[in-house]
Amino acid sequence: MKPEGKKLLWQEYQKEIATDNFFYVRSCVRQNFFPAAEQTFLRILRDTLGKNVKENPAHTTCTGIGYHCDIVPFSTTMAVVARQFSLMSEAGCENLAVSCITSFGLYTEILETWKHFPETEKQTRENLFKATGREFKIPGNLAHASDIIYKLRYEIAAKAKYSLVNGATGDPLRVVEHIGCHYSKMFPHKGVGGAEYPYVLTGLVEALGGKIIDYPERRHCCGFGFRQYIVRANRGYSLSCSKKKFDSMEPYKPDLIITNCPGCPYFLDRWQYVVSEMEGKTYGENGHGIPVFTYEELAGLVLGYDPWDIGLQTHQVSAEPMMVKMGIDFDPSKKYLGRNGKQMERPAKPDNLKIDMDSLCMPVEMKG
Amino acid sequence: MPVDYYQELTSDVRFTEGLTGCLNCGTCTAICPAAEFYNYDPRIIAETVQSRDNDRIYELLAGDTIWYCGECMSCKTRCPRNNAPGLIIMALRALSMRTGLFTESEKGRQQLMVKRSIGEWILKYGYCLYREEMTMEDHPEQGPTWEWQNKHLEPLFERFGVKYRGDQPGPLRKIPEEALGELRRIFEVTGATELYEFIEEQSARKAAEMGLDFDKRLNCGYMHEIYNHDSGIHTRD
Repeated sequence: MKPEGKKLLWQEYQKEIATDNFFYVRSCVRQNFFPAAEQTFLRILRDTLGKNVKENPAHTTCTGIGYHCDIVPFSTTMAVVARQFSLMSEAGCENLAVSCITSFGLYTEILETWKHFPETEKQTRENLFKATGREFKIPGNLAHASDIIYKLRYEIAAKAKYSLVNGATGDPLRVVEHIGCHYSKMFPHKGVGGAEYPYVLTGLVEALGGKIIDYPERRHCCGFGFRQYIVRANRGYSLSCSKKKFDSMEPYKPDLIITNCPGCPYFLDRWQYVVSEMEGKTYGENGHGIPVFTYEELAGLVLGYDPWDIGLQTHQVSAEPMMVKMGIDFDPSKKYLGRNGKQMERPAKPDNLKIDMDSLCMPVEMKG
Repeated sequence: MPVDYYQELTSDVRFTEGLTGCLNCGTCTAICPAAEFYNYDPRIIAETVQSRDNDRIYELLAGDTIWYCGECMSCKTRCPRNNAPGLIIMALRALSMRTGLFTESEKGRQQLMVKRSIGEWILKYGYCLYREEMTMEDHPEQGPTWEWQNKHLEPLFERFGVKYRGDQPGPLRKIPEEALGELRRIFEVTGATELYEFIEEQSARKAAEMGLDFDKRLNCGYMHEIYNHDSGIHTRD
């Protein structure tokens, strides 16, 4: 059948995404700020869905933040990325699963550059060989980790214990999806749904029972801006961008925010805390913030993973309001336990932002 | 013979990709987050380089303007001519770095701070960011939960099923020394090490000119100045 109408329009935004046998490369930001999110991705793929994912501890940063702070030359970044390709080739894999959006954008940019300027690929091969003696194959399939979760969304939904539905009202949860700029703004055809209407998170949320809400600043950057955050004197740029988004989404009363970029959940989480400290303003219900999740945290929650095993205690904006709404069976008292069950001290409470179960009604069945 | 800056820019593939002919419509400026915050207009950047006017391009290279962009690349999506002012900025910044002109502006001078943090962490740890280097004093926005995590990293990581700074695959594993060695050699072969040294040299020269003390410490007078100082001339309103 010849595609027509909407199908024709969307055809060029379809993306081929591998479904098994991945080589996984990690994100600097996520390893530091949401270290359990990547472990949750692996747990979903390996343990719940039975996929094969390899990795090598010798992979390094792709230099992406250095590159976008303009202190690492493009030729250097290309050779470092080529080294990651070499590790993938060495592992006998050809499907590269990338945890980071900056890396994913950069890998895409490099592969496109090599297509348009073949001499740059040749030079990179020479540089890598001279520096390390390594050779490499170009990935057969390049996907961001959120692409893979999107691709497997119905398999996840089929095994889900919970859905993105308010247990008290039966209404779908209202979800803000925030796509990292470098996912598809540079190369719209490399992202599911393109740059204007990316579908990668929307598709996941819909498959899990939630409802996406639209709001004016939906496509606005979270405000990382690389050097704009790294240097203290510039940091107001970053905060202003996030605040613009919070103010824009607030009237639509989101229950949660889902993101697919390493930096975005960090900024959307931490800047809510900062706005609360600076202005006394909170954006969620009962003095809480709007909880912010990565795609695998959200998938892990609906699959019934323990929220404290998937790292939700590392968020500054507590996830509890949404978990209570969803009727998730969790134990608030285990939030600050270590692996051995030993109680750790609790973090200090912010001045204005409510955290943990503060001001929330615990469901009757959880009170035991 | 003065440097032909436009000619220099054309040697950067990002410039060739980023500018195919600007019609000055201003769509990039309308969508640009930096243009909302700073006195910044990506349309004028495209227009200026397109003019090939050497003096105007020099002013960009030695000025604050090119350092306002956040490289989010929102401009790339919307440009009706498929230009990418963000890529033009990257080429301009690279040229400003290799000519030493970055030291001539307040925002450009910040590159030393970026080199001494991100730039050095890459080679020291194998990560662009490294939590143990990010103090609460520098990053109060991290909040009390981060402060709490820092006190309990080992049990916390164990709960997530990994050993903090362990040898096995996992978040914040210790990157093997051989891998860091390969990274360093790549930096040497591809000119990054040389660029790092040049940033230091040029910054030392500028510090002397400004009468600020300069050494390897992160809190020397020059570093303190570039990290914290905001002359207040950059933002709107």
